Amino acid sequence: MENTLEARHIVKRYGDYTALNDVNIAVPKGSVYGLLGPNGAGKTSLIRIINQITMPDGGEILLNGESLKPKHISQIGYMPEERGLYKTMKVGEQCIYLAMLKGLSKSEAKAKLEYWFDRLGMQGWWNKKLQELSKGMAQKVQFIVTVMHEPDLLIFDEPFSGFDPVNANLIKDEILQLRDQGATIIFSTHRMESVEEMCDHIALINKSNMVLSGKLNEVKQQFRNREYAVSLITADNAQALQTIPKIYNAQTIELSGLDNTLDFKIRLPENVTIAQSLNDLTGLGELTHFSEIIPSVNDIFIKTVKQDG
Amino acid sequence: MDKLWLIIKREYLNKVRNKTFIIMTFVSPLIFVGVALLVGFLTSLNNDTTRKIAILDDTGIYAPLFKDSDRTDYIFIENENLQAAIDASKAADYYGLIHISKINNQLGAVTLYSDDSPSLGFINTIEDKISKKATEDQLVARGFDLETIQESKITADLQLQSYTGVQTSKANGWIKMAFGGGAGYLLMMFIIIYGNMVMRSVIEEKTNRIIEIIISSVKPIYLMIGKITGTSLAGITQFIIWVILGGILFTIAGTFLGPDAVQSPGNDMAMSQLENMDKMQLIVNDIMQLPLLKLVICFFIYFIGGYFLYAAIYTAIGAAVDNETDTQQFMLPVILPLILSIYVGFFSVMDNPHGTVAVIFSYIPLTSPIVMLMRIPFGEIAYWEIGLSMLLLYVSIFGVAWFAAKIYRVGILMYGKKTNWKELYKWLKY
Repeated sequence: MENTLEARHIVKRYGDYTALNDVNIAVPKGSVYGLLGPNGAGKTSLIRIINQITMPDGGEILLNGESLKPKHISQIGYMPEERGLYKTMKVGEQCIYLAMLKGLSKSEAKAKLEYWFDRLGMQGWWNKKLQELSKGMAQKVQFIVTVMHEPDLLIFDEPFSGFDPVNANLIKDEILQLRDQGATIIFSTHRMESVEEMCDHIALINKSNMVLSGKLNEVKQQFRNREYAVSLITADNAQALQTIPKIYNAQTIELSGLDNTLDFKIRLPENVTIAQSLNDLTGLGELTHFSEIIPSVNDIFIKTVKQDG
Repeated sequence: MDKLWLIIKREYLNKVRNKTFIIMTFVSPLIFVGVALLVGFLTSLNNDTTRKIAILDDTGIYAPLFKDSDRTDYIFIENENLQAAIDASKAADYYGLIHISKINNQLGAVTLYSDDSPSLGFINTIEDKISKKATEDQLVARGFDLETIQESKITADLQLQSYTGVQTSKANGWIKMAFGGGAGYLLMMFIIIYGNMVMRSVIEEKTNRIIEIIISSVKPIYLMIGKITGTSLAGITQFIIWVILGGILFTIAGTFLGPDAVQSPGNDMAMSQLENMDKMQLIVNDIMQLPLLKLVICFFIYFIGGYFLYAAIYTAIGAAVDNETDTQQFMLPVILPLILSIYVGFFSVMDNPHGTVAVIFSYIPLTSPIVMLMRIPFGEIAYWEIGLSMLLLYVSIFGVAWFAAKIYRVGILMYGKKTNWKELYKWLKY
């Protein structure tokens, strides 16, 4: 698969501190790529290098197969976590200025702006100063500034902060639509549920190192540990409670009762098949639920970061 | 290059459209002219009041020397002892009491009793009057004929001329100081005002957090150069408006109030020494003799050079801090050389424009714009000297800008950290 962006062996140092240590990522064209990591892991450093705000001390970045150069600026759109616009400048004027800095002509910028203002219901904001807008409104302007030059690669750092649920959804749909139109999206966030929802690839950076990367379902595959959720109606709960941990040395992780139903999680040992366990469980009572517990991004995140120390 | 132009345009328009800027631009000349008029008015008011001075002359010889004038009335006290005279003049709220005492029928001590400190001019006048009369009396007593003495008096008038034969007036020094000092002072004001403006705008972008968006589109150095240039253009615009407006206002004020009210007191003193039109003509000649064109051209070259040099430092300071109050600790290296150059200019250069101190400071880039500008009206400065000083200035701009750009590049992305000198030094190595 063709990669929109590749980062190879990126190293970044600030004095004695190493912010990125031999980091590699490959962002396939048309994907939504989640860049995850705890605070201070080095995500922003990497994003700044991709945006050519800072230069790496080692390694190289390829955009559409070409080594990253200043001319590529117009092909990247970046929405930083710390949002910022000129407070005393008028919205329209400001957007045109920022679009022109990205290489658009004045008339192009105007046309694009009118399209987006219309699309996001911002008619009449043109001559307002930014300081007259609410935070959510300013975020919308920020979003337009990021996407209006139709870049190949869009980088969003915490795109939903500051939005109410309705507007967050609106922006989410816009991002997905941009992907459908051919843009590649890098998405950095701490909201794991939106990663789950939107990303098809993820990479996890911890303490300046890349600790995990790949397709979301492959990563999940990797973290699958034969855990199953089971609901069982038994005649004798006490006996079942005794028996369940015993058979195939299963670890009962949780046990909760509703009426006669036992809800619990089991982890199957390597040598026990699903059919076998089903057989054993049905022997204990009436099996009403049996499903694999697929690890969530949240679990994967926490587990990996903890393991990494 | 297109993007640099865009940035310059935005910075310029942003400054020029700013309300404070507009108000400053149009109100400042009004305030300036207003203050000048007020000073002129107050000075004339001050001159209107007449002083009353009591004279107690024990000798009886000198009292007639004191004649009432426009500004002074003399009251003669006779047949009183000193203490009574003092009490009387104090009670009458006189400006003072002059007591001329007598020792052995000769002139004794002359004392002015007053709660005020009289001006040197006033003291000189009194001393001259009494000395002259006493000397004349002595001469007569020793058998000299006063008329013969008077007739044989010859006054030497020192004519000032350059080697090339150009005549100058005695106020030449004053004029040169006014032009050189004025140019230097103006330069300092400009550097401080517009340097601060640049610094504030850097801080604003940093606190607005728009900086990351801008520098993901353009290199920080472009933003820095664009900002400095845009602000300097706004400054030049403001300056031109001031010159035009100030000119118009002074002309209007001048026609309404007559020339006297508009002249500053300093000028007044210089003028009062010149009694006839010939001398007036000489002053005009003096001004025309000044290397005016050279001065104006140098002013612009040094203004641009000096401004860019200091503005680069101001941008670095702006990038290093999170808000304006944190800038204090970094201000010293900016203000110190500026103040130093003004002092060197007014003391060393006035004293000896070709002295070692003046020459050295007119080569050091941080002080050369002001010091050299002040040297130019005094004496011939060789073109190579000016050229060398400008070369050093412009070369050092690149050096300073390089350092400033390094600090700027790192600083604009640093938030929430208190920056100190050590930290800045570290940034240079990033």
